[in-house]
Amino acid sequence: MKAGNGILFEIGRQFAVLSLLAFGGVNTVIPEMHREVVVLHHWMSDADFVALFALSQAAPGPNFMISTLVGWKAAGIPGAILATLAMCGPSCFLAYWVVKFWDRYRETRLRKAVSVGLAPVTVGLVAATFWLLARSTDTNIKLGLITVSTAIVVYFTRLNPLWALGFAGGLGFLGFI
Amino acid sequence: MRNQRQTGCEPAPGPSRLFLAFLEVGLSGFGGVLPFARRTLVERRAWLTAEEFNETLSLCQSLPGPNIVNLSVVVGARFAGILGALASVAGLVVAPVILVLVLATVWSRFGATGHWPGVVRAVAAAAAGLTGATALKMAWPILARSPLVAGPLLAAAFIAAGLLRLPLPWVFLGLAPLSIGLAWRTRA
Repeated sequence: MKAGNGILFEIGRQFAVLSLLAFGGVNTVIPEMHREVVVLHHWMSDADFVALFALSQAAPGPNFMISTLVGWKAAGIPGAILATLAMCGPSCFLAYWVVKFWDRYRETRLRKAVSVGLAPVTVGLVAATFWLLARSTDTNIKLGLITVSTAIVVYFTRLNPLWALGFAGGLGFLGFI
Repeated sequence: MRNQRQTGCEPAPGPSRLFLAFLEVGLSGFGGVLPFARRTLVERRAWLTAEEFNETLSLCQSLPGPNIVNLSVVVGARFAGILGALASVAGLVVAPVILVLVLATVWSRFGATGHWPGVVRAVAAAAAGLTGATALKMAWPILARSPLVAGPLLAAAFIAAGLLRLPLPWVFLGLAPLSIGLAWRTRA
């Protein structure tokens, strides 16, 4: 897609907002990212979004890279760079300043209330991410089985999750899906 | 933090060593780099004790944004100020971003041919399962500790963002004051 200035501005704005809303990490803002780029702006299809998420999980590196790939899909390399900077920049800036005050306030009741209080909301948002991804990917019973069995294996064992991704990829390559 | 370490320890790392350490962290972490950050910073380089790492991580997890990127900023800033922070973030981010873009370009060219659509669909299904396992692992200790408070809040966030697809700022404005207020009262 051609990278107009309008779309770049919109990418920068969206990801900067997501950066500051991502309490509990990037996985909590996936539903919002999906709502903006698939539902509202139609920059990509549901299937594209899910494929990009899979790519970002299968590549080495931090899991914010879903934003890099969404920016890339929407507006090429400039979009990718802008989405990365916007996703990391505002929260980095905040972290840099907060650490200066951290030691003074570490034991305060408010800070503890914030981290304990936000935890269930964070988990609910990660669960929403799971729901969204599963609903978009699991278009037949075999794919549903892959999702469920991966969740079970990774929950109950200490297996490196990459094995699950590789195993699923192997099944797909052999044409079982 | 303590830039002057106890006697006998090596001096605090400067920007270039921070860059290299986080480069190593970023590239070794398949499926989440947090365990590798711990291994590099605590076990291999011994720049942080286990307690310092946990404390730093919990700070970074209570801030918004990618947790591991926040961690690199905080560690870099504590050892070497703003240059250290910039070097750490750059080390962590640049190489994986280039790699994933190469991967995406290859995928966009060949992804629609032969066996690859099946591979992508299957990996995506497994990636969804990983997220499900993460949600379960996070939910369990929280629900075990205070089911009556955490359960409804968790369900409300799930329904609002996942089923009703409400904008995230609304979800936060609606739920965060309530959940923080309840946590404040329980600790009183």
